[in-house]
Amino acid sequence: MTPAIEVKNLKKYFEVHGGLLHAVDDVSFQINPGTTMGVVGESGCGKSTLGRTIIHLHESTDGQIFLNGEDITFLKRKELKRIRQEMQIIFQDPYSSINPRMTIEEIIADPLKCYGWKGKELEEKVTELMDYTGVEQRLRMSYPHELDGGRRQRVGIARALALDPKFIVCDEPVSALDVSIQAQVLNLLMDLQEQNNLTLMFVTHDLSVVKLIANNICVMYLGQLVETASTEKLFESPLHPYTKALLSAVPSVDVDHPTKRILIQGELTSPINPKPGCRFYARCPYASEQCKQPQKLEEVEEGHMVSCCRVKEIN
Amino acid sequence: MSNYLEVKDLSVVYTSNEIPIYAVNGVSLSLEKGKTLGLVGETGAGKTTIAKSIIRVLPEGATKTFEGDIHLEGVDIMNLPEKEMEKVRGAKIALISQDPMTALNPVHSVGEQIMESLEIHENLSKKDAMARGMELLEMVGIPKERFLNYPHEFSGGMKQRIVIAIALACNPELLLADEPTTALDVTIQAQVLDLIMKLRDERGTSMILITHDLGVVAECCDDVAVVYAGQIVESGDKYQVFHDPSHPYTRGLFHSLPQFVGEDGRLHPIPGLPPDPSNLPQGCYFSPRCPYADEHCKTVAPEPYEVEPGHLSRCHKRRGEDIK
Repeated sequence: MTPAIEVKNLKKYFEVHGGLLHAVDDVSFQINPGTTMGVVGESGCGKSTLGRTIIHLHESTDGQIFLNGEDITFLKRKELKRIRQEMQIIFQDPYSSINPRMTIEEIIADPLKCYGWKGKELEEKVTELMDYTGVEQRLRMSYPHELDGGRRQRVGIARALALDPKFIVCDEPVSALDVSIQAQVLNLLMDLQEQNNLTLMFVTHDLSVVKLIANNICVMYLGQLVETASTEKLFESPLHPYTKALLSAVPSVDVDHPTKRILIQGELTSPINPKPGCRFYARCPYASEQCKQPQKLEEVEEGHMVSCCRVKEIN
Repeated sequence: MSNYLEVKDLSVVYTSNEIPIYAVNGVSLSLEKGKTLGLVGETGAGKTTIAKSIIRVLPEGATKTFEGDIHLEGVDIMNLPEKEMEKVRGAKIALISQDPMTALNPVHSVGEQIMESLEIHENLSKKDAMARGMELLEMVGIPKERFLNYPHEFSGGMKQRIVIAIALACNPELLLADEPTTALDVTIQAQVLDLIMKLRDERGTSMILITHDLGVVAECCDDVAVVYAGQIVESGDKYQVFHDPSHPYTRGLFHSLPQFVGEDGRLHPIPGLPPDPSNLPQGCYFSPRCPYADEHCKTVAPEPYEVEPGHLSRCHKRRGEDIK
């Protein structure tokens, strides 16, 4: 099966004061059609940059991106326009990602207009999209500030779906929402995926959300992939020390069985000109001399890749 | 024996463009010495207003009504003259506010900000205050060499630790922690929660922990009160509420969590939205979203009933009989 999305050794560096910021550093993975890849990690780990680089909102520094087997790393403007129909993004903040001066109708119609939709057809398509994502028709002429966060996020979803894309990057789409509204939006995304056989890349810091929605998970730390596996496997037997700490840090709602915390010391080190060794070195309880060497992502079991030279010893 | 903190029938009404906003509508709660109460609820439920009422820092111009009874160790702090209240605030009761990025003053070094309350409440000289301040900084895991750094030189997690150091400077008996870890990443959240709990346990501090995260309540609290539309809809010790959530809203909150996915692979959240606090519904405030609501619920406001001793639910329907 051709993967819907494949990235090979993808890098995205930013030039900043003080050197090169390694936002995405040598990341490779693939997502099969109709499945969801969860990308988890903490603020600043590069997960959003990864999503944005894949859909060409950032230009990649190095590496390759394939959409349905087609190399889309370097595209001319025209080709990019064609490809853009296939891949869309839902942003984190429903407050700042839609234009406050446009009505809901205009916002949803905007991508369609770029591809030549007009007149009655356009109007009907917008109606259909609003119904589809649960945005009430009476809000057609409303402005974003009149809507609550959940509805705004639905508008963002309707806009992303307008061109019938096959691949959508969901960049923390429910993080800004209260839990009951979050649940409504998650249900909607799961329904839409099923009905349209969508491929999703779901970027989030919330592990309980990826556990629900993702088939496979990538764990990122400071621009690098440290572990990837099926959701089941990752939650059952996390292997990388960072993944273990991350999973154990989530407060459990089970009052009788609280999670046993693995506290990791300190905070993220700088992604600017990082040292060649393991980036988790400074905080890792298992760090040793050999961890100062560059780490490689290696398959430990089928489909379970870990980037840690001591993985066998510590597990 | 009366409790350490007793709040009775607290009501707060704000006003915006002359429209009354009913933020807190008759909240009663009590806290035993050394215990931690979790206030849990969604955005706009009135959790923060309850905390601000207890420490009396409600916005003056916008507050129209501030009624009820608040007693701390038997002292009526609701009607204490402002001069007297100043001695309580920061010394006996301290607040850790939600956003560490804005809680600190950007133009003063963090050292100055830690020293401030020590100089005011403990009457320490500058030199002594500085020494204490450095101790406090080390206590929250920040090297004392950074005493004269400014807030922007610290990360989010460190800023929240500094806010905690300021709150604990005068050894308060009651700590109000308003979403202390919401702005932080989960591994940093774990560090900060551990720090708060460690310091709380060492000092026997009583605490009200405000959060929207049921997991945080499960890990850190003894008791829990669920807040909806400015009312406490359910309260009890955490085992009672987590084992046997009885109010339809509490049950809906649990079912919204991704952990409680149904057999169909979907979540079963509460439909609709919380009510607009300037336009609260008739009867039970939750009735428009409640799957069990009937005509009675939509016209008559319910009073809390005892599900079991110490476990209250503000609902007309009875757990086990009407709600299954």
